[in-house]
Amino acid sequence: MTRKFRNSDGGLEVKPLPPTETPLNSRKSRNERGLAPNFLAEFRNGIDRIAEVLISAVALLAIAVIFLIFIYVGKEALPLVWGTSDGATILSPFATPFTWQPVSTEPKYNVFPLILGTLKVTLIAMLLGTPLALAAALYTAEFAPPRLREWIKPAIELLAGIPSVVLGSFALMVLATWVQDAFGLVYRLNAFTAGIALAFAIIPIIYTISEDALTAVPRLYREASLALGASKAQTAVRVVMPAAIPGIAAAIILGFGRAIGETMIVLMVSGNSSILSLDPGLPVRTMSATIAAEMAEVVVGSGHYRILFFIGALLFLITAILNWAGDRFNRRLREKLFGSA
Amino acid sequence: MKTKHLYAVALSTLLFLLVSGCGVPPEAITVKGSDTMVPLGQRWAEIYMKEHPSITIQVTGGGSGTGIAALINGTTQICESSRPMKPEEKNSVKEQRKADVSEIPVALDALAVYLNNQNPIERLTMEQVAKIFKGEITNWKDVGGKDTAVVLYGRENNSGTYVFFKEHVLENKDFAEKYQPLPGTAAVINAVTKDAAGIGYGGIGYAKDVKTISIAKTANAEPIAPKMENVLNNSYPLSRQLFWYLAGPPSGEIKNFVDWVLSPAGQKIVNEVGYYPLKPDPAASQ
Repeated sequence: MTRKFRNSDGGLEVKPLPPTETPLNSRKSRNERGLAPNFLAEFRNGIDRIAEVLISAVALLAIAVIFLIFIYVGKEALPLVWGTSDGATILSPFATPFTWQPVSTEPKYNVFPLILGTLKVTLIAMLLGTPLALAAALYTAEFAPPRLREWIKPAIELLAGIPSVVLGSFALMVLATWVQDAFGLVYRLNAFTAGIALAFAIIPIIYTISEDALTAVPRLYREASLALGASKAQTAVRVVMPAAIPGIAAAIILGFGRAIGETMIVLMVSGNSSILSLDPGLPVRTMSATIAAEMAEVVVGSGHYRILFFIGALLFLITAILNWAGDRFNRRLREKLFGSA
Repeated sequence: MKTKHLYAVALSTLLFLLVSGCGVPPEAITVKGSDTMVPLGQRWAEIYMKEHPSITIQVTGGGSGTGIAALINGTTQICESSRPMKPEEKNSVKEQRKADVSEIPVALDALAVYLNNQNPIERLTMEQVAKIFKGEITNWKDVGGKDTAVVLYGRENNSGTYVFFKEHVLENKDFAEKYQPLPGTAAVINAVTKDAAGIGYGGIGYAKDVKTISIAKTANAEPIAPKMENVLNNSYPLSRQLFWYLAGPPSGEIKNFVDWVLSPAGQKIVNEVGYYPLKPDPAASQ
């Protein structure tokens, strides 16, 4: 071990270290090095190690809990494979007719109306919410004066804090009437109104994340573009936005995940009829609302109960696949744009 | 100094939570079930607690099915139900709770069919109501109304009212595909008040700002209005009893509460809430 010193001439001089001094990263304790134990340092080291173990344990616990929830949901649905005592099997959710009438002399458990309903409402919410959220993000990141930006961003983020039951109540009491009158719809509670209400829930998510992605684009990009004679709008749309695309894609995926799993709003506003139709003016029943409305009441262990868990597992699977696909897409995009993940 | 302060606050909060957690009196009575009966249960509990300040009664809804499940699981002491319990449910209680079910009718109800106030229709036959909810009649003009599509509202399948309606009106046939199940009778009322073409059903106690129609048993029979005298003499076709269920015979504080509910004082409240008292029968408070 050597240490460099400056000598009186200003040049570098290499001196061997004094033999008693050992580097700090030595494995030997101070005691072995012939020094009095430094209790404070040892204590700090110990605290550090405990904290490290604790934090990893908490992280592991979180993963374990999610894993166990999935195991539990799967376990509760599993008896469908060999059939329940009241005649429900793994095929019941796919058996014709295409209706969901679980409480009936002859229960009908077809899940297609619920899957289609979920996708229908989610798609409407995404189509309405995404352009609005992206436009707002682009405006605040690129065009808004800094003082205005300080107001707009927290205001939209505050929207994310509105409990979905409050959004649902507003949609149920006020929005549904407006939409019915404006479009002359027969059904006051329908997929379209539910989609609008759901868009309110996802706009803040898509907005915040994509706004962060846009602001994270280096200033150099903008300056280079402006220096080449591009206008502010051209810079925003053709330079900044493409550079932020991976972040924007992540925002849209997260918004989609929120929309597909959202329960309270659709339970209150969608009318909950299980109809197999693409018409956005009809009432619609989603998978999450079905679970919420029926889980509290079913006889534990009955076919109906098992099928509700099956729907839960299906919902979990759909979101997992979407997240995975989104992540892959995102990564590929990053590689294409920046050469590395 | 500041951290010490924080610790003190945290500690006192914890202590407060502990103390208040222990502060729930052991004689808290839990009542759970029928959504139709929530206003009734709450009013009873309110007045009874005022008269007996040492007793706490917690009333929650969720639907008769939810209440019965809670009675089976032992998470409620009193189950409110707007439909009679099925034999297999009584067996479940016996298996899980090791006690026979006590069935106590506590009030009468007219299951009313609600229409929007703008709807000109005043009466329907049972058959017409059934056809409307089965989706066989889809336009109001077919039953003498305006030329607009019928919009169906009702309760979710955890509701005793849903089951009662399905059994007594639809004769166990399925509801129409476009039937819109809503969470709670209040939601049904809200939907019908806002929808000129809407039709819904639920307990008479909820019927505010909507029209409750008269119902005829057959096409030739006299239509009967959902009114107290018609329910008491059982001429209204959708008269029903509202029940309390217990695991085992009532005892202790619960017995006192049950006795009070069946007494004239308790039955007077039934009327105030909008339901109908049991027939004046001195044996009712056995």
